Amino acid sequence: MALTANQPLRREQAKVMNRFDITQRLVARLHHDEAVIGGIGYSNFDLWAAGRRPQNFYMLGSMGLAVPIAHGVAIAQPQRRVIALEGDGSILMQLGSLTTVAHRAPPNLTIVILDNGTYQITGGQKAATELGADIVAIARGAGIAQSAWAADESALEEMVDLALREDGPWLIGCRIDTGKPVDTTERDPARIRDQFMRGLGVKK
Amino acid sequence: MPLDAADPDRTWYEIVRDVLKQHKVRLVTYVPDNVLRPLIELVEADPFFTCFVTTREEEALGIVAGAWMGGVHGIVLMQTSGFATLPNAIASLAVPFQIPVLLMVSERGTLGEFNIGQALVARTMRPVLDSLAMEHHTLTRLDEVEFIIDRSIRQAVATQAPVAFILSPLLTGGKVFQK
Repeated sequence: MALTANQPLRREQAKVMNRFDITQRLVARLHHDEAVIGGIGYSNFDLWAAGRRPQNFYMLGSMGLAVPIAHGVAIAQPQRRVIALEGDGSILMQLGSLTTVAHRAPPNLTIVILDNGTYQITGGQKAATELGADIVAIARGAGIAQSAWAADESALEEMVDLALREDGPWLIGCRIDTGKPVDTTERDPARIRDQFMRGLGVKK
Repeated sequence: MPLDAADPDRTWYEIVRDVLKQHKVRLVTYVPDNVLRPLIELVEADPFFTCFVTTREEEALGIVAGAWMGGVHGIVLMQTSGFATLPNAIASLAVPFQIPVLLMVSERGTLGEFNIGQALVARTMRPVLDSLAMEHHTLTRLDEVEFIIDRSIRQAVATQAPVAFILSPLLTGGKVFQK
């Protein structure tokens, strides 16, 4: 909690970072086969581009369900740290899921929100986040006390380390730019699911 | 666990609980419904299960899908109007990713419905299930509940496909109009 208290209070005070850069930084800090659920669109395209971890799950559709899916994995595997990597437009569709995370309080769950204020993949239309909504404030209001904006890249790395070490749930808000993703996820859902289950040790 | 499957006095919700236990379906997520209340109460009182309320049926399905991939099987409880919010999540998550999510729907909208909204939305349920080519069964008789759910869970797992159980008012009594 001490670290989150030092972070920016509001969205507009956080540095705008590059999606692929911070996705790479996030993945580089995973050393214990942590599960990562990549939300639809550019969120998981850059996760795909950052390396083919078998513990990554790439959504194809079902917009807004990265947090619920990650929550389910966290319940099933309490010994494993689980990260939901979700866009701002997506989490706006499923804000209720934050309240469920709050009252269930899975200690092994971290939510990382990539917030560029737009529905970028559909042409850059403004999202409510660009029009006044603050996801970190919403998460705190939902009951996830350990929610904070990452001031910059090094602050993000510190917060990720903390979230992987101490009990959650955590929510880390990241303001990002509207850079194009580096690659496109292969759209083969059966294979994605099979590899993910093997990566989690559920299938041999 | 010793389950007295021969007990002729079991209610539908006791049978459902017992079959879920036999198949190690440990996770139950739901959006509340009056007809489902006794099942929810039974499951919440049983330490075998992890059972909790969610804010939307899509969220409940996403949690069960994630848990399956993590090695725990689960079921989503909802009413008919809640099912109507699910086609996208079924079509883009459960079916293409081959995740055997179990859905249990308390059927509103028929056999004495008093709410026109429920009556209208209920008519979308089976056409949606059929258009997704999704396995579904309507439970109307107490003596068929165990067989249908037991066999359908086996099939869902073996074929990596979701299945829906529709609880008819013929089985549950439904929700009746009260002034």
